[in-house]
Amino acid sequence: MLSLLIFIPLIGSLGVVLLPASMKSRYKWITLICCSLELLLCGAAYSAFDPTQSGYQLLERADWITLPLGSLGVVSIDYLVGVDGISLPLVLLSGVVMLVGAVSSWKIDARQKAYHALYLLLTSTVIGCFVALDFFLFFLFFEFMLLPMYFLIGLWGGPRREYASIKFFLYTLAGSVLILLVMIGLYLSVMDPVETALRVGLIQDRSEATDEVIRQVQFLLSEYKIPSNLLVHTFDLRHMAKGGNYLPDSFLSVAGEVMLMGIPSRLLAFLCVFLGFAVKLPVVPLHTWLPDAHVEAPTPVSVVLAGVLLKIGGYGFLRIGWGLFPDGAAEYALLLAGLGVLSIVYGGFNALAQVDLKKMIAYSSVSHMGFVLLGIASLTSEGINGAVYQMASHGVLSAMLFLITGVIYDRTHDRRIDHYRGLAGAMPGYTALTAIAFFASLGLPGFSGFIGELFTLMGSFQSIWLPGWMTAVATLGIILAAAYFLWTLQRMFFGTLWFRPEAAGQLTDLDGRERLMLVPLAVLALLLGIFPNLLFDLTNSTVADWIQRFSIE
Amino acid sequence: MQTDLLAILIPLLPLIGFIINGMGFRHVPKGLVGILGTLGPLVSFACSLLLFTGFGGQTIKVPLFDWITVGHLNIPFAFQIDQLSLIMLLIVTGVGSLIHIYSIGYMKHDEGYGKFMAFLNLFLFFMLLLVMGSNYVIMFIGWEGVGLCSYLLIGFWNKNTSYNNAARKAFVMNRIGDLGFLLGIFMIMGAFGSVEYTEVFEQAAGFPIGDATVVAITMLLFVGAMGKSAQIPLYTWLPDAMAGPTPVSALIHAATMVTAGIYMVVRSNVLYTLSPVTLEIIGGIAIATALLAASIGLVQNDIKKVLAYSTVSQLGYMFLGLSVMGYTAGMFHVMTHAFFKALLFLGAGSVIHAVADEQDIRKMGGLRKYLPITYWTFLIATIAIAGIPPFAGFFSKDEILMHAYQHNKLLWVLGVIGSAMTSFYMFRLLFLTFFGRFRGSEHTREHLHESPATMTVPLVVLAVLSIIGGFFNVPEALGGEARLAEFLNPIFNLSRRVRPSAFGETLLTHSEEYMLMGISTAVAIVSAIAAYVMYVQRVSLPEADTVERPVVQKVLYNKYYVDELYETIIVKPVRGLGDTFYSFGEFIIDGIVTGTGWLVQQASGQLRRLQTGSIGFYVFAMVVSIAAILCLRFFVRF
Repeated sequence: MLSLLIFIPLIGSLGVVLLPASMKSRYKWITLICCSLELLLCGAAYSAFDPTQSGYQLLERADWITLPLGSLGVVSIDYLVGVDGISLPLVLLSGVVMLVGAVSSWKIDARQKAYHALYLLLTSTVIGCFVALDFFLFFLFFEFMLLPMYFLIGLWGGPRREYASIKFFLYTLAGSVLILLVMIGLYLSVMDPVETALRVGLIQDRSEATDEVIRQVQFLLSEYKIPSNLLVHTFDLRHMAKGGNYLPDSFLSVAGEVMLMGIPSRLLAFLCVFLGFAVKLPVVPLHTWLPDAHVEAPTPVSVVLAGVLLKIGGYGFLRIGWGLFPDGAAEYALLLAGLGVLSIVYGGFNALAQVDLKKMIAYSSVSHMGFVLLGIASLTSEGINGAVYQMASHGVLSAMLFLITGVIYDRTHDRRIDHYRGLAGAMPGYTALTAIAFFASLGLPGFSGFIGELFTLMGSFQSIWLPGWMTAVATLGIILAAAYFLWTLQRMFFGTLWFRPEAAGQLTDLDGRERLMLVPLAVLALLLGIFPNLLFDLTNSTVADWIQRFSIE
Repeated sequence: MQTDLLAILIPLLPLIGFIINGMGFRHVPKGLVGILGTLGPLVSFACSLLLFTGFGGQTIKVPLFDWITVGHLNIPFAFQIDQLSLIMLLIVTGVGSLIHIYSIGYMKHDEGYGKFMAFLNLFLFFMLLLVMGSNYVIMFIGWEGVGLCSYLLIGFWNKNTSYNNAARKAFVMNRIGDLGFLLGIFMIMGAFGSVEYTEVFEQAAGFPIGDATVVAITMLLFVGAMGKSAQIPLYTWLPDAMAGPTPVSALIHAATMVTAGIYMVVRSNVLYTLSPVTLEIIGGIAIATALLAASIGLVQNDIKKVLAYSTVSQLGYMFLGLSVMGYTAGMFHVMTHAFFKALLFLGAGSVIHAVADEQDIRKMGGLRKYLPITYWTFLIATIAIAGIPPFAGFFSKDEILMHAYQHNKLLWVLGVIGSAMTSFYMFRLLFLTFFGRFRGSEHTREHLHESPATMTVPLVVLAVLSIIGGFFNVPEALGGEARLAEFLNPIFNLSRRVRPSAFGETLLTHSEEYMLMGISTAVAIVSAIAAYVMYVQRVSLPEADTVERPVVQKVLYNKYYVDELYETIIVKPVRGLGDTFYSFGEFIIDGIVTGTGWLVQQASGQLRRLQTGSIGFYVFAMVVSIAAILCLRFFVRF
């Protein structure tokens, strides 16, 4: 099922490429159908998922690359996908946001073939990122995502699109180099206990690999009793998360004796992973690509960028940073939380200073994603559940906010806040939905934003790793959010109707297509805010399991 | 079962009203809007009465659903019906219904009539959540929800920029308080592992008096109350909030929402009893607020502004009552204040309605004969708030002052001074509005009219309540049974257990009590007479704004320049910081980023020159590199 999620858009993308240009009008339909199928499949995955279990579910596995390298052991890369309570909410989110993005792409007229092919490719890689359980596979999707994104901004963007897209590309690439280094380090340090047992001769078939056998292999490993040519190295994240699978004396062994430049190499690796994903999240001061990318990107791309791509930063950091290096997460909790708080407050202040609506929303994204980092850094069950919640919530709300910017931009090609006044008079429906989106984003109870902020803050306050004043400073972000959202609302929508003369006659209220995108998102935000257990039920047991493992180590 | 149903219906009905009027306010016919909008609150009031009469003294919990379960924390969505929530329910739905009816008359001709009724209903829903919730998180939801409605209704006429500013100011200032509240909730979770009232208080009762955690919790919660109930330093939003339509001022900014802070403290009475330090601080802030606001009220000329400062001042009295362990007295004043202050605002609305939206009392006068019902009811409310027996305000204010006297004589003296000011500014308002001759334009004078029945009936009902409201809790000294105190008694059981001494029998003899009552009554009457002499006999009018005033009066008239102060020390720096971060911080960060890019470009330009194509050079470079690597092995093991 998960493979279908990856391959349907890929096939769709191919289809778009192969269809002759005379069937141009069908491209957007292909995108729409693929994305609708995706959402349906997400729903199926949701109902097939058992939230009481904490492990990975809906696993699909295929041998992909197996290369014996003599004394260096065996390279084994698997095609391995699956979801747990942390990735499933984000897969569902992607399903929703990609579909909304597809509807929003309806108005793209230029180079439709390339656009829709790239959009579907992006869909495929995004989903792939969330479901991949093999580090190599994950990295492949993670990197491959850059390609469609680069072109989507660079070809369909605003006036400074080339600058923005290359900035986005280089920033992320620099981050992923660090992740690549860690990936190789991990690969050299971790064995696959099942495959190794097979090669050592403990078992004849994979199905015989009981816990007992695995313990035996791990014991042999720790006693240096496995010859290196029989060791099967792996990229499997499940194996990487277990300390017993690390080679003693290896570069990243859990004992953590290896030092590099005076720092234990595991901590260094953790920092590399953090930096790599921090670019994506984004964390101040690695965020400056974001406002530029958003301002230049066309509306649907902004929606996808804010709605889903940023979450990959948070997800990757949770899965790989915290999942594989809990020791590092504990060691640097204070630093991470500090950066989270910095993002919240700094992003908030910047949002207050904006005159461009889209840039204001971009900075509010920086601020809101800071809560995710703060929640993760708290290392408490409230904080991490809250962080996943905040990611889902921000995905829905930021999609809504960028669509709202798109609505006014489509009509007048002008996003300056001070070029409008009293829009409530001309566009009442638009005003109502904007007000809902703004209030939901500033964390009003009843909407999802409140729950995300409440729980990340609660987690950080409860955390034994963080001082209480940090939470207090972070709450400043909530006041700032109220200030910049309400100020914008007042400046653009209230007062007597006024706008730059060029815009006259173009200020029509929302049409059906726009309502079709905005209303469901608003309902979703409301639903998640009123019944937060819809999401917490998914994440709870996985997070509890992680926390338990973490406290043992 | 029946109780459960009633409890669910009470907040649900206004919510349904909101959904119908809110979703379809362009399609619902005008006549129906009013009926739909008022029906919900009225039926809710009926349900509250049923609940009240059927209440057996036992706290009832109505679980609705499991709201949040995360880790070990479980927050149910449940209502708690006990003596305190019942009293609040009756006030909120009762006064709320009257004001809804009044709004039909007041807002009917406004183009946003349906929207207005919808927002009022939504407010009622959140307010009911606030008082009915069984834990702090639900209270917080209601707390922020009423803030939202307050915002929407203050800025209801959103074409006017200053109204919008007022709305935004109210929301942001309340938010500052809310964050204190939120941190308080976090601390409660940390200390007690739960947010359910019953569990928290049961556990708290085991804490020693003055425990540092409890002190911190109570202080943080009080920060929330400062915002919502407009205490120093977070009070300046409330006078500005008068920008909203007058029924809003009556319902939200006088009778119900602003008393949420008092409700919260009384609800958490165990925690506050455990923390005498906090109570002392509350006492100081409360009396300062009461006096500051009353002194500003002395010289204001906007009919609603006077009432607004009066509300701030009266809220100060309520907190004063709480701070000297007069929890019942505080709640009693919440109740009587809801009656007479709602009445005053609605009366003011009736006046404003009659004089073509004029709010300046210098342009009123002599309205007595044009608006008889409004005049009589306004007079009753004025007597009630001034604290002249036997009207409602006398009993509740007197009880607060008596508790203050027992606790600290200075607080009592200050309280009496405040009460003198109250009486003065209220009678000044009454005389300038209704006595003398009409000072408005001739055109307006011709159109002076009494308001329609939908507006006057609520006035009369509230007037009756303002007269008899005090008899719900007549003190023993006057031969009463203190029925309200008796009813609320079980709420304070745990408090009494942790600090029995604070709940001891009153030390005052009856004669002392009579003396206190006598003094405060005399002070009120003397102030009223002074106002009469000044504004009726001598017919002295407040000066026009252009006249240069003496320093003291100027300071008062300009509200001690607090708004200007906040503007300079908070608002501007925050804006400035935003601009600085954006222009400067982003410039530096981006500079580093682009700088790196530039550097790489330059360096690669240089490196490119190494690609000479000469094999000899390549071999040389290779040898040097290998040597370097071998050397490096001495220092680093890899």
